[in-house]
Amino acid sequence: MAGEIKINVNERQFTVAVPPDTPLLYVLSNELQLNGPRFGCGLAQCGSCSVLVDGVERRSCVTPVSAVAGKSITTLEGLPAWYAKQKGLSTAPALHPVQQAFIDEQAVQCGYCYNGMAIKASELLSQNAQPSDAEIRKAMNGHLCRCGTYPRVMKAILRASRIVAGVAK
Amino acid sequence: MSPEMKVLAGDAAFPRRDLLKAGGALLIGLSLGTRARAQEPDAVAFAAGPDQPDPKKLDTWLAIHADNTATIFIGFVELGQGCSSALLQIAAEELDLDMSQINSMRLQTHTTPNQGGTVASASISRGGPRIRAAAAEARRALLNSASEVLKAPVDRLSVSKGVVSVEGNPKTVTYGALLGDKQFNLPFTGTAAVKAPRDYKLVGTSVPRKEIPDKVAGKYVHMQNVRVAGMLHGRVVRPRGQSAYGEGAKVVSVDEKSIANIPGAKVVRRRDFIGVVAPAEWDAVRAAQQLKVAWDIKPTLPGTAGMHDQMRKSKTIDLVVLETGNVSSALGRAAHVVTQTYRGPYQSHAPFGPNCALAEVQSDSATVTCSTQNIYETRAKIAKVTGLPVEKVAVRYYEGSGTYGHSCYDDVAMASAIMSQLASRPVRVQFMRWDEIGWDNYGPAHLGDIRAGVDANGKLVAYEYQGWQHTWMLTETSDQLAVGTAPVEDDGPVAQKLTPLNLGSMYAIANRKLVNHRVPGIYGYLKGSYLRSPLDIAVAFASEQTIDELAHLAGQDPYAFRQSNMTDERWLGVLHAVSQASKWTPRKAASALSNAKVVRGRGIALGTHLSSYAAAVAEIEVDKETGKITAKHMYGALDSGLAINPGFIENQISGMLVQATSRVLKEEITFSSTNVTSLDWSSYPILRFEEHPAVTPIVIQRLNEKSTGGGEEVLGPAAAAIANALFDATGVRLREFPMTPARVLAALKRA
Repeated sequence: MAGEIKINVNERQFTVAVPPDTPLLYVLSNELQLNGPRFGCGLAQCGSCSVLVDGVERRSCVTPVSAVAGKSITTLEGLPAWYAKQKGLSTAPALHPVQQAFIDEQAVQCGYCYNGMAIKASELLSQNAQPSDAEIRKAMNGHLCRCGTYPRVMKAILRASRIVAGVAK
Repeated sequence: MSPEMKVLAGDAAFPRRDLLKAGGALLIGLSLGTRARAQEPDAVAFAAGPDQPDPKKLDTWLAIHADNTATIFIGFVELGQGCSSALLQIAAEELDLDMSQINSMRLQTHTTPNQGGTVASASISRGGPRIRAAAAEARRALLNSASEVLKAPVDRLSVSKGVVSVEGNPKTVTYGALLGDKQFNLPFTGTAAVKAPRDYKLVGTSVPRKEIPDKVAGKYVHMQNVRVAGMLHGRVVRPRGQSAYGEGAKVVSVDEKSIANIPGAKVVRRRDFIGVVAPAEWDAVRAAQQLKVAWDIKPTLPGTAGMHDQMRKSKTIDLVVLETGNVSSALGRAAHVVTQTYRGPYQSHAPFGPNCALAEVQSDSATVTCSTQNIYETRAKIAKVTGLPVEKVAVRYYEGSGTYGHSCYDDVAMASAIMSQLASRPVRVQFMRWDEIGWDNYGPAHLGDIRAGVDANGKLVAYEYQGWQHTWMLTETSDQLAVGTAPVEDDGPVAQKLTPLNLGSMYAIANRKLVNHRVPGIYGYLKGSYLRSPLDIAVAFASEQTIDELAHLAGQDPYAFRQSNMTDERWLGVLHAVSQASKWTPRKAASALSNAKVVRGRGIALGTHLSSYAAAVAEIEVDKETGKITAKHMYGALDSGLAINPGFIENQISGMLVQATSRVLKEEITFSSTNVTSLDWSSYPILRFEEHPAVTPIVIQRLNEKSTGGGEEVLGPAAAAIANALFDATGVRLREFPMTPARVLAALKRA
């Protein structure tokens, strides 16, 4: 029952032999050994497993790997290259502006929720480069944090938005 | 690498950049030629056996490397609070090193010193002086060597970034050249002079945390990312939601055929401990869900609604924690007396990523990698459950997701060891969300009776608090189920009981009495243990609302009333700081009530944990039609003495303000007569992004005071400030939290 499935992760092709209903998360964690997407609830309630599928945030814990065959999957590790492609940059920066802003704002505590926060914020800024406070709150509402980092995450997204929109360096 | 890579499930061909080195086998008792260094923790096998490093040797605490860097061996774990960076900051200050030149060693038994657990926000207060003294002593030894090399007396030497130089002489020598990966071979005496606070260059500044860049880039290895070649994935199989602590879980039958369609999965069982293991994680996950187990479950819980009555009726062990003056006679003379009962729920640690551990148990030794707050305590627990001698068990720490106290990290570590022993393979176990919240060691429910009085001049004259709760439970679930270990409670000195600091100590009150009613918790109660700021939210919720009520009866502004009843400068300092930051203007509470649908209110409160001084102000909105409280802006001031890194403390205060909002407005473990029914983020909701308040953290820097706790102290006052703000907004008080829309609506209706 384990057929071969081709997936495109961070601009690279992989063929994995797993049951087609295997959630994408386990393929990314185990077969591809990526540390960005991570298990939080397995119920699509928290967002710690988020990835971008064709630029749209998806919960990899409830997404069967067969459902994303042939689609373009971006994980935390692939965010800088994804951003470079979007912006038409010749080389990828070391970090996506959202990632850099999380350092600048020291927004991370334990850092476990951060994967989902960074993925969702990157998706948001790709659609709306300068969101308002209210738009950020609404967009991020599906991503939980237990350490209480929401205020700093908010500041980090606002900081990144100024870079993405080209109004600050 | 080719763009098309073929990766097969369970295949070892893929490059394992983050795998444990040394073949995954963590060796014990292997002595290394040179000192272990922090930059390559995974390459270092567990060294310096057989038991634990000698705290009386200087080499136990730090190592100097040939490249002029240092590694510090610290007994406290990083939990996202920044303590590992702050302790490095202290060491770098004394050694005159730059932060880039200093790192800490991953905690592991046999290698890092045993400094007890990373608990009670005490890493800096307990760990700081030790590492400061060790670094100063190392510096003294290095300068003695430098004095010979440079042919100059020590008092003419100065150090910058580990380079020793002599006044008016171009010749220099580095720490690395002086010692370079060799041992000091000196006793640690604690006799070297440390710097005076006025000379600090690094301590007191907000240098960034060391581990954040890796966390942000996706390079950080959380416990949940630790993998080893040939490991199996394990999941525990338990009833959904725990029963009463004393009941454990009794297996009637296991139907192994029920997972026959998952070929890789196998059942492992020891008494009532059931698990499944499989080479593929998804197989373990679905087998654990699919396996049919019949459990004998007894209806011995009172249900959420009956808990506090059961506590009051129980045969308690009573202790007068404090008694000064005569409360009853003082209350008889008081102008206003408030008498009330308050209730707090069981709450969960609910780490954002469920706990995870990886164990490799062999016939004569075991290695366990996990996220414990105390590696040496966990080692003893692993030894017990595997039957191995304690010195043959190695435990090492990887940061998991925030744990906020005794979540299921030991339980999952023991589960992984039990499963590895049964399967004769390395086993990685991660709890599912329902295992973590459903089988947590909850912060215990609390019941408080308070009476307090104020005289005609607005002076607090009497204060009495009687509190009911059970203590912490010591038997881990895996131990209880697999070994049959009896459920026991902690009756030691740190067992949960009322502490005076949060119960009126911030005020000058002549007559005071505190009585602790310890509820026997083995039968009819949930498993409890320390949850961040144990008891403080429940106690501050009751105590600071009472103070507010007395202020109201005395016709005074809540800030002014508190101030006039306080004498301690440090308590006054945080109260003043938070009122300044929030632009508090004098006004009696609930004196600006409005008929609008959405009304605003503000509240102020004081509190702490076991040390330090904290105050909070809450600005909230209440929707009177829905009953929903929204915290709009939270302010928190914390005086924890010398702030090694004010930026880290600001981050902690911000987090506490948000977590307190979550806990006082939303969080409650619910249960039926048989089982806990809070099992995920839907049945155990926490504060969401859209609901979060703006925050203003305020750090009081006191260079000449000892550093005290900075990770728990703001939770109590922040929660109480929200409760006081509800009264200011609506004229209504809630005596039970969480202050859910349903409770707020019911209270508004009664008013």
